[in-house]
Amino acid sequence: MSLYDIIFYLFAAITILSGFIVVTSKNIVYSAFSLLFTFFGVAGIYVLLGADFIAIVQILVYVGGILILLLFGVMLTNKITNVDIRTGTIHVLPGAVAVGVLMGLLLSAMVWTEWKTQPSETPVTTTVTLGRLLITDYILIFELLGILLLIALIGAASIARREQE
Amino acid sequence: MVTNYIPIFLVLLAASIFGAAVVFSSRIFGPLRPNKVKIMPYESGKDPIGTTNERISIKYYLVAMLFIVFDIEVIYVYPWAVEFKKLFAQYGLFAFVPMFIFLVVLELGFVYIFMKGGLRWD
Amino acid sequence: MTSIPMEYYLVLSGFMFSVGIVGVLIRRNAIVVFMSIELMLNSANLTLVTFSSYLGNVTGQVFVFFVMTVAAAEAAVGLAIIIAIFRNKLTVDIDKINIFKW
Repeated sequence: MSLYDIIFYLFAAITILSGFIVVTSKNIVYSAFSLLFTFFGVAGIYVLLGADFIAIVQILVYVGGILILLLFGVMLTNKITNVDIRTGTIHVLPGAVAVGVLMGLLLSAMVWTEWKTQPSETPVTTTVTLGRLLITDYILIFELLGILLLIALIGAASIARREQE
Repeated sequence: MVTNYIPIFLVLLAASIFGAAVVFSSRIFGPLRPNKVKIMPYESGKDPIGTTNERISIKYYLVAMLFIVFDIEVIYVYPWAVEFKKLFAQYGLFAFVPMFIFLVVLELGFVYIFMKGGLRWD
Repeated sequence: MTSIPMEYYLVLSGFMFSVGIVGVLIRRNAIVVFMSIELMLNSANLTLVTFSSYLGNVTGQVFVFFVMTVAAAEAAVGLAIIIAIFRNKLTVDIDKINIFKW
């Protein structure tokens, strides 16, 4: 078992365990903070896969941005006086059964399919290639995402902010 | 290739061990004799007013949301900027205009919120 | 490139996706449902990066960018909606948000 394997299993364990805590924890703040560890674990896996820039972006966007936004959501939706950050669960048994079936299908499809792989190396740094692809092949999607972000910005601002006076 | 990242993993490991040691060693080794004055938020000084459990204002959410949008902007600009010299040599102005349009579109949203007074901190 | 076969990464992302679905199905707090959706998006990203890495082709990672952008937009608008609902009904329990229920 090489160092590479050990690092993979370490990050995989971190990801899965903290993912379970996100879903099962009664306290929503614990959920949010274990989501942090999930994001870090996935970033580590990205590094193992040779996607260095994606790993950094994962930490920058998910941990630095989306998780903060989620924590703001937690703070904005607490009851003021009585501490009611504990939340319940519903339909645990049917949900578990349905997801078990789905997971069986998903995993068997993943394991038994003959995936086509190429032994070629990914480049040492992916940043340069990513920049080139964004501005050439995927330029239309890139501009459309700009418009999507604009819509999201204006929409979220006007939904969240009540008109003053 | 992954061997390049071993120092980062080691730093991560050392930092988490050090952090855990700092947090938990005082709990393990120190004597624990709390009394009413000691467990007050400000042991010497003012008495606290109200609860800490109040909801925060919506204004902070708007700032966090603006931050996310410009965070996303950075992840697109960065790889483009790294490759810009070669792209400019190859495509000329067409390496520059798409990013300019992208940035202008995003700034439009910012200007809109600014003009609507969404960032007024009254 | 590595000693770990590609299926391991795929199985990991499959597990993450299933955990996310469980969260969406069984939790009652709308924000935890949001966190579970982020888990599912992350597992999709992991699959994209895995294929991209094992095919020696960076194109998959461009799509990870797009997924992240959509996730950020979705989080911003979705949380704004949740906050607006909370302001009116003083709850984020998705069982109690049922004004459209017939």
